Amino acid sequence: MATTNKKIRLVARLDVKDDHLVKGIQLEGLRKLGDPNGFAKEYYEQGIDELLYVDIVASLYNRNNLSGIVRKTVEDVYIPVCVGGGLRSTEDVRHILSMGADKVAVNTAAIKRPALITEIANAFGSQCMVLSIQAKKSRTQPGKWEAYYDNGRAHSGYDVVEWAKRGVALGAGEILLMSVDCEGLQRGMDLDLIRAVTGAVNVPVICGGGVGCAEDIVDAANAGADAVATAAVLHYKKAAVPELKAAIRSGGVEVR
Amino acid sequence: MTNVQQPEITMVDYGLSNIFSVRHAFEHFGASVVVTDDPAQVLAARALVLPGVGAFRDGMAGLTRLGLVEPLCRKAAEGTPLLGICLGMQMLFDASEEFGSYRGLGLIPGRVVKIPGVDADGNPQRVPHIRWDPLYPAGGHPDFSGTALRGVTPGQECYFIHSYEAKPQNPADCLAETVYGGRRICAVARRGSVLGTQFHPEKSGPVGLSIIQNYLALCGQ
Repeated sequence: MATTNKKIRLVARLDVKDDHLVKGIQLEGLRKLGDPNGFAKEYYEQGIDELLYVDIVASLYNRNNLSGIVRKTVEDVYIPVCVGGGLRSTEDVRHILSMGADKVAVNTAAIKRPALITEIANAFGSQCMVLSIQAKKSRTQPGKWEAYYDNGRAHSGYDVVEWAKRGVALGAGEILLMSVDCEGLQRGMDLDLIRAVTGAVNVPVICGGGVGCAEDIVDAANAGADAVATAAVLHYKKAAVPELKAAIRSGGVEVR
Repeated sequence: MTNVQQPEITMVDYGLSNIFSVRHAFEHFGASVVVTDDPAQVLAARALVLPGVGAFRDGMAGLTRLGLVEPLCRKAAEGTPLLGICLGMQMLFDASEEFGSYRGLGLIPGRVVKIPGVDADGNPQRVPHIRWDPLYPAGGHPDFSGTALRGVTPGQECYFIHSYEAKPQNPADCLAETVYGGRRICAVARRGSVLGTQFHPEKSGPVGLSIIQNYLALCGQ
């Protein structure tokens, strides 16, 4: 049996602030777009492969506020749901899983206390523990990226590639890699970043930040992405899921 | 929804499962679902579901600690429908090589092994296998008619998330397979009234829901 073409998952990213779906540019200048559940259901019915909910102000308030939204979403959405933002302990994870989430994306708390990655993986399995990395190009070292947290506000000093490798060694079953530099601009993804991280780890990598059209997703897949997270293109209805997927396929990349 | 009385589903909770989604998917079709870790309730079940995510060792440790191994085996021997999902499917087999070697329920002959880190061409591949991948008839079955997959068109995709895979000893026990990295992976195992899906039907959209509906129909017979 010959190895098939590259196949990716298409993930809809839903950033939430105070019960509203929001979208910004480079994580700033947020616009309110409406009820997240409505968007989630529409994307599910259109055939999206996975949903990613992020409470973007949670780590500032030290709590994830998405329980109610997730609980409502899974009433009629039967695909994987990943939830991120402000999850700090296995108890926080247990709670959001009990609301219907399938996996959690952890950034800030993992940077502050990397052992949390192992604790979550041991308690719920590696497949549940997604290490979320917000990458910004290093100002001092060309060709390197630094991991940010608190929704892109604070820098950790961690090199992104090294942090990804360490996260996998600690038990992360998947990486969520977002380019802060490209986020919201819809002008293409940071392909060097995608190549660097997907080449360094052996777990699937969901890549996000910068998708403006299907071609950007094809480029990301060819650079090594296993899944691509997109927000603006869908939220602003530049393309619906079926046409996006058709265009991805014509670009030579498989998708459900 | 018909007016026929829907069967009662007994869902086994051994502390390692994300019960919520599985339960909700069954209730979507009007099934009354009882979630339990009580051996007596398992023995009284008309139809069983064994969900599960995480490690084989921890799953079997949970079943053993709660005294559920023997009741599950007895029910399977009596012909009570039993559906294992993901880790629940893997535990139906004899043993797993995860963290050394651990015994499973032994309801389907075969072993659970790690998905190789290289594909059929020798190139590195991602583990866990996290993808929507197609179901194809296997084990000499020409199609899915007359099985829990009836109505599924070969090639339709379901959501897989796993690092280990089951290898049925008897090829006929593999009802459906998928392909990852150029290698076949058993996607659905079946032996008598025991059924296991490696993918998550409750997370596989309309195709997955149709499999849950089929299982409910089988349980009602």
